[in-house]
Amino acid sequence: MALKQILVPIKVTIDYQVRVRVRSDGKGVETEGVKMAVNPFDEIALEAAIQLREAEHASSVHILTIGPKSNEEGLRHGLALGADTAQLIETEGQRLSPRQVAKILKAEVQEKKADLVIMGKQAIDDDANQTGQMLAGFLEWPQATFASKIDLKAKDKLHVTREVDGGLEEVSLSLPAVVTTDLRLNTPRFASLPNIMKARQKPLEHKLLSDFKDVDLTPAFEVQKVTPPPVRGPAKMVEDVETLMKEIGL
Amino acid sequence: MTHFIVLGVFQGNDLSPATRSAVAAVEGYGEVSLFIPDISKSVEAPTGISKLYTVEASETEHIASTLGAWIQKEMPDAVPIAGADTWGKNLMPRLAALLDREQVSDVIQIHDLKTFTRPIYAGNAFETVVYKNTPCITVRPTAFPVEKPEVKAQKPEILPLVKAERAVEMISPASPKAGDKPDLLQAEVVVTGGRAFGSQENFQLLEGLATRLGAAIGATRAAVDAGYVPNDYQIGQTGKIVGPRLYIGFGLSGAIQHVAGIKDAKTIVAINKDPEAPIFKVADYGLVGDIFDIIPKMQAYLEKS
Ligand SMILES: Cc1cc2nc3c(=O)[nH]c(=O)nc-3n(C[C@H](O)[C@H](O)[C@H](O)COP(=O)(O)OP(=O)(O)OC[C@H]3O[C@@H](n4cnc5c(N)ncnc54)[C@H](O)[C@@H]3O)c2cc1C
Repeated sequence: MALKQILVPIKVTIDYQVRVRVRSDGKGVETEGVKMAVNPFDEIALEAAIQLREAEHASSVHILTIGPKSNEEGLRHGLALGADTAQLIETEGQRLSPRQVAKILKAEVQEKKADLVIMGKQAIDDDANQTGQMLAGFLEWPQATFASKIDLKAKDKLHVTREVDGGLEEVSLSLPAVVTTDLRLNTPRFASLPNIMKARQKPLEHKLLSDFKDVDLTPAFEVQKVTPPPVRGPAKMVEDVETLMKEIGL
Repeated sequence: MTHFIVLGVFQGNDLSPATRSAVAAVEGYGEVSLFIPDISKSVEAPTGISKLYTVEASETEHIASTLGAWIQKEMPDAVPIAGADTWGKNLMPRLAALLDREQVSDVIQIHDLKTFTRPIYAGNAFETVVYKNTPCITVRPTAFPVEKPEVKAQKPEILPLVKAERAVEMISPASPKAGDKPDLLQAEVVVTGGRAFGSQENFQLLEGLATRLGAAIGATRAAVDAGYVPNDYQIGQTGKIVGPRLYIGFGLSGAIQHVAGIKDAKTIVAINKDPEAPIFKVADYGLVGDIFDIIPKMQAYLEKS
């Protein structure tokens, strides 16, 4: 088997179908009673890892999340989808920067001796698109971001198709490496009921943020304010093409 | 005085629009140098640029290692900045890690070098954050629009190459779009098609209209997923962010993830056969109708006038 352990970091975010609202204190968005879910890009990353294991290219898939205790639900979901082991690194409401997250991930990659990290290209809450590249930088591993296709070519070679502004490019990289996923990589499966039951028996390890003594966790930034975007619309409705074209000056 | 290093790229014979925006974002705040990988001769750089640097490598890993080592040694206080296109998004966080700095992504407003405003949740909220230390920066190109700047030829200084241990190897690069079609990020007019087109063939209907209007063509994720057009047409939270004078959306519903990419358009027009389509809630003008009826009529109108 080419790969021993694939590590898939996941983030639990507000479900992508929820209409996000700014909190009245202007310091964040409404999360009270709001539906949470695994970040869609991370589900795609997990699906890719599971497919590699099912094709017998990898021995096991480990998922981990950094967040509050309630994130266990997201991990159980990942285990039901097919991850082998899971780990919660529990926070107490701190908001970490991508750099701090990447440092924690680096420590976990080394402890678990992972030889491939697959993760979402961005999380749909802060849309930062940084953590995978930072992790690759800290580990000094090659990186293939925005992947829409992953092929294991030889024991230690991946071919990745990347979605870039100019179209698609194909790159080759040696393992270990970091790959970040775009939406068209795959369509994640649904968790079946028997697998949801089985997931309850799978190992879910706990750590605390404070276990990471070497990572500086003092807040890197402070949120000054969060505001709703300027209002647009609703549209002025017109009756026919001619009126429309005149209205918009064509 | 702060020294900014803009990480840029060429697109064809010009600096990429994202690169020009990054220059515009910090011009006047300090000294601005430009880094462009893998150029061998003089290039036309904006006149506001004080120095031009390059490296003889095109791999992200080698570029980041070279820049990291050089900045640490020669100008440890310099601030790297790039446009938030796929090139900048890929490179900047890696460099930030090597410099052990934070990064602020997709900035739409720079208040001072520690305070920035940026969109979160697909643009459904704007967050203003204050950093403890000045971070590496990527900017949203539509927030810092620029005309073509005045340029003068500059000769690049080649930075000493520092190689990463391992780097990706290019098998096949993206092939730039053929011909003289306007670029989505620069076009004055963008026409966009959604799932309603139903096939690659039908999507071609937009071509004629686009040519008439001198418009670039965009698409929703649904249209790209269905194979009507390639991935680089996608507009939205995970695709391109466009800021044209006029955007016209045909047969698309207006999902928040798509709307995230069009909010910087001056005028948004929507054509949809469903009067309840969410796109009408954010558009400036709406017309209820069938795209297969409306598009030919628009074209006929333009040919007449
Ligand atoms: C994490 C994530 C990221 C995403 N990122 C993006 C992104 O970057 N960009 C993006 O576009 N999407 C993105 N999406 C997908 C997005 O949620 C929507 O699924 C997608 O935008 C829908 O595309 P659509 O409007 O073409 O299709 P639909 O929602 O199916 O809308 C089709 C519309 O066409 C109308 N219609 C049908 N036939 C006709 C006709 N003959 N004439 C006129 N009108 C007609 C219908 O009334 C309907 O409103 C993302 C989703 C997720 C989960």
